[in-house]
Amino acid sequence: MYSMSKNIIAYGVSLLILVGTILLGVTVGTVSISPSVLWNPSSDEAAANILWNIRMPRVILAGLVGAALAIAGAAFQGLLKNPLADPYTLGVSSGASVGAVMTLFFGISIPFLGPFTLPVMSMIGALLTMFAVMSFAKLVDRSMKMETVILTGIIFSSFLGSIISLMIALTGEELRQIIGWLLGSVSMRGWPYVRMALPFVLIGSFILWLKRRELNAMLFGEERAQHLGVDVKKSKLTVLIGGSVLTGAAVSVSGTIGFVGLVVPHMTRLLWGSDHRHVLPLSFINGAALLIVCDLVSRTIISPTELPIGVITAFIGAPVFAFIFFRQRKGVA
Amino acid sequence: MLEVIGLTGGYGDKKIVKDVSFTVNKGSILGILGPNGSGKSTLMKLISGVLPAESGEVQIEGSSISTFPPKQLARKMAVLPQLHTHSFAHTVRETVSLGRYPHQEGWFSSWSAEDERAVLEAMSLMDIRHYEKTQIDRMSGGEQQRVFVAQALAQDAGILLLDEPTNHLDINHQKELLDTIKKQAIEKELTIVSIFHDINLASMYCDQLLLLDKGSVVRIGEPHEVVREKDIRSVYKTRISNHPHPELPKPQITLLPGVKNKIATHQICAEDFEISNGMVLYRSPTPLKTVSSAVVNAGSGWFRNFMNRHVDASYNVDDSVQEMTDFIEKSGLKTTDTVGMMTAVQTQDAIVKEYESLFGSVVIAVTAGVGNGVDVSKAVERSVRVGTINTWILVNGVLSNEAFIQAMITATEAKTKALQVREVRDPLTGTIATGTSTDSCLVAATQQGESLPYAGPITELGKLIGVGVFECTIKALELYELAKAKNL
Repeated sequence: MYSMSKNIIAYGVSLLILVGTILLGVTVGTVSISPSVLWNPSSDEAAANILWNIRMPRVILAGLVGAALAIAGAAFQGLLKNPLADPYTLGVSSGASVGAVMTLFFGISIPFLGPFTLPVMSMIGALLTMFAVMSFAKLVDRSMKMETVILTGIIFSSFLGSIISLMIALTGEELRQIIGWLLGSVSMRGWPYVRMALPFVLIGSFILWLKRRELNAMLFGEERAQHLGVDVKKSKLTVLIGGSVLTGAAVSVSGTIGFVGLVVPHMTRLLWGSDHRHVLPLSFINGAALLIVCDLVSRTIISPTELPIGVITAFIGAPVFAFIFFRQRKGVA
Repeated sequence: MLEVIGLTGGYGDKKIVKDVSFTVNKGSILGILGPNGSGKSTLMKLISGVLPAESGEVQIEGSSISTFPPKQLARKMAVLPQLHTHSFAHTVRETVSLGRYPHQEGWFSSWSAEDERAVLEAMSLMDIRHYEKTQIDRMSGGEQQRVFVAQALAQDAGILLLDEPTNHLDINHQKELLDTIKKQAIEKELTIVSIFHDINLASMYCDQLLLLDKGSVVRIGEPHEVVREKDIRSVYKTRISNHPHPELPKPQITLLPGVKNKIATHQICAEDFEISNGMVLYRSPTPLKTVSSAVVNAGSGWFRNFMNRHVDASYNVDDSVQEMTDFIEKSGLKTTDTVGMMTAVQTQDAIVKEYESLFGSVVIAVTAGVGNGVDVSKAVERSVRVGTINTWILVNGVLSNEAFIQAMITATEAKTKALQVREVRDPLTGTIATGTSTDSCLVAATQQGESLPYAGPITELGKLIGVGVFECTIKALELYELAKAKNL
């Protein structure tokens, strides 16, 4: 196929950038570490300790969260044919937060899930919110116009945000830390959080990747997809579940980080086309790279103070959001 | 084979399609016609299964479509919807490739040589291969339409449902697309159901037509059974006139507009004929409906200028039509607006007379040269010689199709009678001639005023034509003989 070489370049460049950002992420910081420590830890025991126990889990967690949000965003955008959709703008992230905060607030622990209680509760929160937003948007406007869906997302987001605020107010001191977490951060999490998120990120991404052809067909409308032989109901449900698993996993370990799911798929499409067979995996890789960079910036820009990572993503994401909205409205494709 | 049995359905409680049944065989095309809101698109949705039927059934090769899983159904039936929505940028190739979705199985990519072949073939058929890498949102509506038709063709299904496939296309691409579809139907034995807005296109390309009104079948059958003035008028609530296709045994319709251009009333008078030594010319301020056997613009049409041109007896041009066309243009007239005849007779000898009756009047113009008289009953192979009787009948009135033809018959009979009375003989056989070898006749009417449905010999119009043509031909023959005598 003619696009073979283009694909090799796309994946090659994306992976190269990802490896580069990982290297930067683990070496740059208040203590500068030589990359040689990576393959020769005995040369500097203290540096190796920082690298493997503090920076590496942080970088990998940022990568997982970024990958999860980006691929979920790409899938939501394809499903809703809405370039402004992502877990954050749809309010799904807020739903996941409520799930997570409730778990912490009530000290819920589902016996056989153990440490996975938190991500699973987040996922349930995400999924319920997703369904609620979709149903309400459809009730308002059967054609599910872009603005309607986003506005519904904002309504749910605000409402769920107030529930979280209420819970925080009720608990007093001990959940104050949640506020920092809510703004989005991957700091001081360590390997347990990586282990907690990893399986769900992989499962969720795989679920979405299985539906790559169906997403391609659905870009031409649900009816057209049906003509082409897509089981639309089943595919929609699968994508919503996959996206919710990813959002839940990401939010449970890092809080709400906005706009990653919006910016990354948009850039990916702009550079490499809209075919979901490639948009999904490329968004995954690029999402990981972007969040690693954002995390790096958040902890170095006004060092030693750390900014919440959500501040950085919003700083980049909001203008991109405005740009996409402007272009869509002006009919420039 | 596609079978639709008692299909009924719609949205909510509203039944939009009511009890529709038909069968389409392999290799044939069924066209669905009907006014806006008659339920054509809903019927398509019911057939494709996108909209569940309230009652009735759609069967492919004898099994109901509800028994097929989505992918299997898509391998049997491809659909081209009327409206195309697409978001994000796609290349033509990506879009057409999507037609192969129902043929892709398994978790991992399985693009086969067969997939590749089908996509390339579909793009070639729709003449879009050179656009392969173009983004579809940068293409015109017509080009996009061809991309989506290619997508449906790439599906390689035995049944094609098309909702206005010629939407957005110019006439060349309409023809190309329908030719392609027709060819596919025959070569690949496809079963095709298509909605048409254009009744004429539907009539030309479909084997069967179905006329839908308010969700019910008004008529189904071959085009000549469906495209009938009465039915089309009542279903579409518009005035139309039916006429045959010039090349195919298929009916065509013409719209009759409700608002007519304002045309000044006009009376044809003998005095308005311009007779010079080069030609007889009549210029009408309004176009006349004309039927003639002239050299230029023979057949029927609407024309303003009528020319009977004198040519020398030795006139011999290979392409006389082209020569005559050039002559007309040189005279400052438009060929598209002029009927041109030729005669070797001196045009000053033309007889132009007006005949009046209660309904109005008729102007007859005749030039006669009978050096080449022929007895038609004894016509055998003979060399063509100059000598022509050109007869014009210009009527102030509204003629029906029958009247035009009857006027010709009546005029011919009158001419023959005149030759008989004048005892004009066929020089070869020595018998009375019935005409010459190259006679021409022209009937034109203002199509204003009195309606004249018939022009047989005993109708008012026929009487005028009979008497007029007879008298004028006699006079013209006298002049011809005088001129001949003078030349001797």
